[in-house]
Amino acid sequence: MSELKLMKGNEALAEAAIRAGVDAYFGYPITPQTEIIEYLMMERPEKRTGMVVLQAESEIAAINMVYGAASTGKKAMTSSSSPGISLKLEGISYIAGAELPAVIVNVVRAGPGLGTIQPSQSDYFQSVKGGGHGDYKLYVLAPASVQEMSDFVEDAFDIAFKYRAPVLILSDGLIGQMMEKVFLKEPKPRWTNEELIEKHGSWAVTGKKGRERNVVTSLDLKSEKMEARVHRLQRKYEQMEKEDLRFEKINCDDAEYLIVAYGSSARISQKAVELARAKGIKVGLLRPITLFPYPKQVLFELADQVKGILSVELSAGQMVEDVRLAVEHKIPVEHFGRTGGIIHTPEEILQALEQKIINNGSIRHHKTRESSIL
Amino acid sequence: MEVLDIIKQENQVFCKTKLMTDTPLSYCPGCGHGTAHNLVMEVIDEMGISEDVIGVAPVGCSVLAYDFMDIDMSQAAHGRAPAVATAISRLWPEKYVFTYQGDGDLAAIGTAETIHACNRGENIVIIFVNNGIYGMTGGQMAPTTLAGMKSSTSPYGRDIETMGSPLKITELIANLPGVYYVTRHSVHTHKHARKAKIAIRKAFENTRLNKGLSFIEILSNCNSGWKMTPNESNIWMEENMFPYFPLGDIKVEGKLKQ
Amino acid sequence: MAKVKGAIVVDTQTCKGCEVCIPVCLDDVIGMSSEVNRKGYHYAYMKNPEACNGCTNCGIVCPDRAITVYRVKVST
Repeated sequence: MSELKLMKGNEALAEAAIRAGVDAYFGYPITPQTEIIEYLMMERPEKRTGMVVLQAESEIAAINMVYGAASTGKKAMTSSSSPGISLKLEGISYIAGAELPAVIVNVVRAGPGLGTIQPSQSDYFQSVKGGGHGDYKLYVLAPASVQEMSDFVEDAFDIAFKYRAPVLILSDGLIGQMMEKVFLKEPKPRWTNEELIEKHGSWAVTGKKGRERNVVTSLDLKSEKMEARVHRLQRKYEQMEKEDLRFEKINCDDAEYLIVAYGSSARISQKAVELARAKGIKVGLLRPITLFPYPKQVLFELADQVKGILSVELSAGQMVEDVRLAVEHKIPVEHFGRTGGIIHTPEEILQALEQKIINNGSIRHHKTRESSIL
Repeated sequence: MEVLDIIKQENQVFCKTKLMTDTPLSYCPGCGHGTAHNLVMEVIDEMGISEDVIGVAPVGCSVLAYDFMDIDMSQAAHGRAPAVATAISRLWPEKYVFTYQGDGDLAAIGTAETIHACNRGENIVIIFVNNGIYGMTGGQMAPTTLAGMKSSTSPYGRDIETMGSPLKITELIANLPGVYYVTRHSVHTHKHARKAKIAIRKAFENTRLNKGLSFIEILSNCNSGWKMTPNESNIWMEENMFPYFPLGDIKVEGKLKQ
Repeated sequence: MAKVKGAIVVDTQTCKGCEVCIPVCLDDVIGMSSEVNRKGYHYAYMKNPEACNGCTNCGIVCPDRAITVYRVKVST
């Protein structure tokens, strides 16, 4: 039976991990996501389910611990925030290259560098273009509520094991820290070792009992084999695009203008849409839920219906590039977003929509490919 | 004699060093960081080397050290200060280069950088403020958190079996031949602070000798992280941390003290 | 033999009321004021000014260097 609780985003995610039968969590303190490991340590899941929880010596150690657990077919996850995710990218590339299932959570803070602790969405490029080195991509889920922080944990592991690929839950400091009602799922037991071997014994390194040995590696010195590996990865991403795309359309049916936003920005933009409609402006909101795969086709089609698109993101303009790519320059696409940890207001978003798209649509030719964050 | 007669400029025997800025310290009331910062700056002031000093700030409570220390400083990524300092020191061999790091910075994420800067015997001073906790992020367990000590990630007390023992990083690196001077002090009483200051002075003077790395561990309280008053935390530190991390010289002039 | 007389001046707005100066004062000079500063901290003050000999113990342990110490020789 599911339970209704008032929880902080980070804590709801941690509780969901226990209930999803996750085998291990490895992490390191960094604001604004430290509550995840603190909650897990307080809950003592080793007593509830036998889940391993360990504070590693660094984010790099933590992602390599995830890699280790994942090589044996166990459900392992880690979390961090922007600078810590940067540290993990080598490990994530290894996980992708070795075709291992794993879940990484990024509760984004403003950067670059040490930046600040307040929320941002400035890790979009890092997240959807792979982030680390090599020809791989991450499946990226962007929660916009405490409920999604909870629900996406199990979804992420389902995808991770369906494809044997790393999955990123891209949250931000606002969603991580806010408190909302959340329906917690019924606890699922962790896989027994026998279940795990039955499901994943063909590749996981659990000890070569009754079978040829398995090797987990991302190294392929023979180029033909490496190319085959890379192609195998790309086929996964194609399949993800076909089968596991997620998005939400709000008020789009009669829309003349469109806002595209995810996570915190989607919530704030929903209010901006309300304000616009009250003024008689027919705006709709497209909320990508997966950022890879991206709702390219939906956007391409909406570009035949609306006159212009405002991409709203707490950044200097990252997702806007993918919106432009999807729309193929049929209509004007502009970016608006506060940076440095400042959160934009619905009024600011509406003003940007009016100034950049509605009023400027005829003045500024969208094919000049200029962009500005201001 | 009236108080007003005493508090005249010519009678002043102690005041804040001019090498600390006017910015109010962001540290919690009673935190050893404040005292440690001031002692380091007093030494640099008294040695007259403020124009030839470059400090490297860590990530942790003292991430804002550069707001308070009125010298040139570079901020390093978490744990990487010894690497940053290595480069500065090698490219500016006449300068006095020091890092100022906490226990998470130096002994968790920065373990490799710490060990290798020590092993190479870089001509730098490492000031290691050990309060057995991650203060800035809200009081999580650190490598030097004592057995049984509660923190937000060891809410039931540090369990040696699953979390390991508190790491005596200072004793570890003291064994490396590249390290010239290793000493451990605290700053919570006048006696301890005065001894610490002498040690800090010695460390900076060692830079002129170019005989290896000088490493000063300063045991400090963290009354916020430990959830005590400042004075309670200093007593707790004496009773619990001093037995495990004993004060005094560990290595002098390249030789371990027995 | 000349005696010394001391006095401290506490920057009441800088003092954070941590009280670390009190146990190191061997002459019980320092107390905490019932007043608070702009930040809400009770600040240190000389409750027994005659007892102060300007030893600077308080100055050197104050994390915020809120204490300036003065000392003067007086002939007995």
